[in-house]
Amino acid sequence: MAERGEATQNDTDKQPLVRFEAVTKRFGAVAAIETLSLDIAHGEFFALLGPSGCGKTTLLRMLAGFEAPTEGRILLDGEDIVAVQPHRRPVNMMFQNYALFPHLTVEGNIAFGLRQENTTRAEIAERVAEILALVRLQGFSGRRIGELSGGQRQRVALARSLIKRPRVLLLDEPLAALDKKLRAETQFELMELQRRLGTTFVIVTHDQEEAMIVADRIAVMDQGRLKQVATPAEIYEQPNSRWVADFIGEVTIVEGRFSSKSTLDSPLGQFRVAEGSGGRAGDAVWLALRPEKITIGSERPAGELNSVPGTVAEIGYRGDISIYKVRLADRSLMKVALANVNLRGKGGFKTGDLVWLSWLPDAGVVLTG
Amino acid sequence: MRRGVSSFNVISVVLGLVFLYLPITILVIYSFNASRLVTIWGGWSVEWYRELLHDDAILQAASISLRVGVLSASAATVLGTLAAVALTRMGRFRGRLLFSGMAYAPLVIPEVITGLSLLLLFVALGVDRGFWTIVIAHTTLTMCFVTVIVQSRLVNFDRSLEEAAMDLGCPPVKTFLTVTLRLIAPAIAAGWMLAFSLSLDDLVIASFTTGPGATTLPIRIYSEVRLGVKPEINAVCTIMIAFVAIATVTASLIAKSDSARRQRAALGAQV
Amino acid sequence: MSKQANAQNASMRLVALVPYLWLVIFFLVPFVIVLKISLSQTVLAQPPYVPLFDIAAGWTGLVEFAKQLSADSFRLLSSDPLYLLSYLKSLQIATVSTALLLVIGYPIAYGMARAPRGWQPPLVIAVVLPFWTSFLIRIYAWINILQRDGLLNDVLARLHMIDAPVAWLSSDTAIFIGIVYSYLPFMILPIYAALEKMDETLLEAAADLGCPRWKAFWLVTLPLSLPGVAAGALLCFIPIVGEFVIPDLLGGSETMMIGQTLWTEFFSNRDWPVASAIAVTLLGLLLVPLLFFERLQQRSLEEGR
Repeated sequence: MAERGEATQNDTDKQPLVRFEAVTKRFGAVAAIETLSLDIAHGEFFALLGPSGCGKTTLLRMLAGFEAPTEGRILLDGEDIVAVQPHRRPVNMMFQNYALFPHLTVEGNIAFGLRQENTTRAEIAERVAEILALVRLQGFSGRRIGELSGGQRQRVALARSLIKRPRVLLLDEPLAALDKKLRAETQFELMELQRRLGTTFVIVTHDQEEAMIVADRIAVMDQGRLKQVATPAEIYEQPNSRWVADFIGEVTIVEGRFSSKSTLDSPLGQFRVAEGSGGRAGDAVWLALRPEKITIGSERPAGELNSVPGTVAEIGYRGDISIYKVRLADRSLMKVALANVNLRGKGGFKTGDLVWLSWLPDAGVVLTG
Repeated sequence: MRRGVSSFNVISVVLGLVFLYLPITILVIYSFNASRLVTIWGGWSVEWYRELLHDDAILQAASISLRVGVLSASAATVLGTLAAVALTRMGRFRGRLLFSGMAYAPLVIPEVITGLSLLLLFVALGVDRGFWTIVIAHTTLTMCFVTVIVQSRLVNFDRSLEEAAMDLGCPPVKTFLTVTLRLIAPAIAAGWMLAFSLSLDDLVIASFTTGPGATTLPIRIYSEVRLGVKPEINAVCTIMIAFVAIATVTASLIAKSDSARRQRAALGAQV
Repeated sequence: MSKQANAQNASMRLVALVPYLWLVIFFLVPFVIVLKISLSQTVLAQPPYVPLFDIAAGWTGLVEFAKQLSADSFRLLSSDPLYLLSYLKSLQIATVSTALLLVIGYPIAYGMARAPRGWQPPLVIAVVLPFWTSFLIRIYAWINILQRDGLLNDVLARLHMIDAPVAWLSSDTAIFIGIVYSYLPFMILPIYAALEKMDETLLEAAADLGCPRWKAFWLVTLPLSLPGVAAGALLCFIPIVGEFVIPDLLGGSETMMIGQTLWTEFFSNRDWPVASAIAVTLLGLLLVPLLFFERLQQRSLEEGR
């Protein structure tokens, strides 16, 4: 199932910066990547997202040059770089464990790449100062790596990989080691940095929230293949399969069969779906419903809304919202998200309450796979 | 291993250490014994050290041993490091089994065998035995110790540092020389020190491969010791012990600060 | 494969080539020579053996050479009980010593492994330090203690435990003391390394499942430490068989160990072929343990990668 993720942004007429062409990577008998084709545009913040073992890190390392594809080509600005050694590629990587040289100072680490290029001492000093200001580490150049905190080391690693102004910056789970608050702050810093520099960033992460926040486009991968390549909004609102719908965010999936162009028959009743949902009468399909699109109430709603009755089985309190798991007539659970608008948790529903769940006809997505 | 020592543990470790250090301690103390006899304490004296300074034979032997040690340790370090790199970084290659077998064998094969075989080689080649044959012999012997030490450090080496260097534009060979070697340097230094002390200490192989005018210190000591205990020998030994002790402690302090540095760097990446 | 990857492979091969060549010339070839000399005849000349291998003589020379080879030395070894006894004695002493080393070394290694983390590096140094001082010196130090008018007799006399000085030296006991003393670090360190690597939570799991401490040691710790025990045992046994210095300085003049026999044949009797035959036979004897040792090294190399 090879899907070509095409650049949909403003550079549709420009050539993609990075193109993976039918790339396959095998380790012995195991295929880590299977005939994968992907385009990444200039100036994009692109995310590779997927569960452990899906191949996203392997793909990143092939772009960096630390792995070579078994089959296929990798093009950078139209040129095949598979034969180019890592130290000659205009691509830089920020490593997951930072890989800072313990025997060099902050300055020594950051300037390392420039020193390989015979840059003059004056220019090195200037650019190091510039990048230190950019990552907000002014005054740190003489420090030893062992003296730095985790967040500081991360910024040194970032500075080191940016100073050579690479065509593509690769980030291998860069925020995995940070605590939640620092991670949130750093995500915004990264986005701002990318916007300011205009460099193409490719980030590998298993944290879907992170991918959604930072990326312009996401490639969702599983077992070496692309599942969907689209903007975060498209992936969330229009997943192309049950797997993607289930992987991203919370969802309830209802099985059913088309009875007409805009009606769905399911064990829970007949539902109206958006016109043009595709599929013909009699097709077996699935309806994906996001929890925030379902309304929960104590009375049966009137009008054109789809609705089902149920009992509140479980409440997951998250502070800003609560996720209600409601048991329906066929013993299945439907997830509903409700913002905790009332102060101090007053109001809302309790377990055991009888409720009615309802949603608009075009609130759900009909999936055929 | 669970922390929490029982008295049995403490006793066994303490007894073990006492057993290991008692003879040496006695030796050192008696090198300052004014009396010749071990059983009689004649008071503190440095007389035997003074006598040592006049004993040309021993001083000559010491000089030869030191020179052999430095030369063979340096050669062994180079060769041993190369062998360690080959064994850890190269995958399967033809003759790898033989290579690793040869690299580790001197660790265990009785010295009389290696000594005899090297001597026969020199005779077959028609090479005059003396200073240089001992150097060659010691290099061959101590090489494997360097290999073991360097190899175990290389195996634990964080390869992402090499990848980072290459990612930043450093060619692979330069990366190895300026980054990898620089960071495993303490292990290489430890290897040199071990090779040096093994060479300084070797009796059997030196005896087989020596020639006229190339009497090493152990050979000299051995021939004197066969005639019985001599206080000057105690003095020589004490000096050698002090020498090695200072060097070992220095080496371990270097290694300690190096591993502490590495640990802090590794911990930081997880913070 | 790119051109650059090929260049890298070539330089890698060069890296391996240098030590490889050295070892072939100075390690492998000598062994072949020993084998060849063991098949030669003794002669009172310098070098004291025939035949000499004359490359210039070509094929006929080779045939001549082969005809002159003789297994006389090996016949001597098998006929004269002196040599057989020497081998047996060496094996006996090596086995007993290794057992002693195990019994003494294991508790020490275990105590070290259970020590608080801060204590471990100094403990390791403390155990290794004597090894770095001269081997000869340490054996010599024991002479100081064990000789007739030495320290041990003196102390024992003062404690009224003996009436007359005991001849500790020149005995098998002295050999055992010397061997255990010298080889202890070789036994302790591999066992310590294996124990130290052990996952602490395994013992916690055993306790959680109802296993008392002594039983947990027997069922969990000991089996997991066996690779270290095997390494230590081989690291001691193999060289001890061929030991020379210790039995020479501390032992008596009854049966000699095989290392001494070889030395005597070579230096005193100037019988190089016999000495070589002894070496070849010794290597043959040790072949099985040697292969075990190599297998252990390989496995630890694999695990490391």
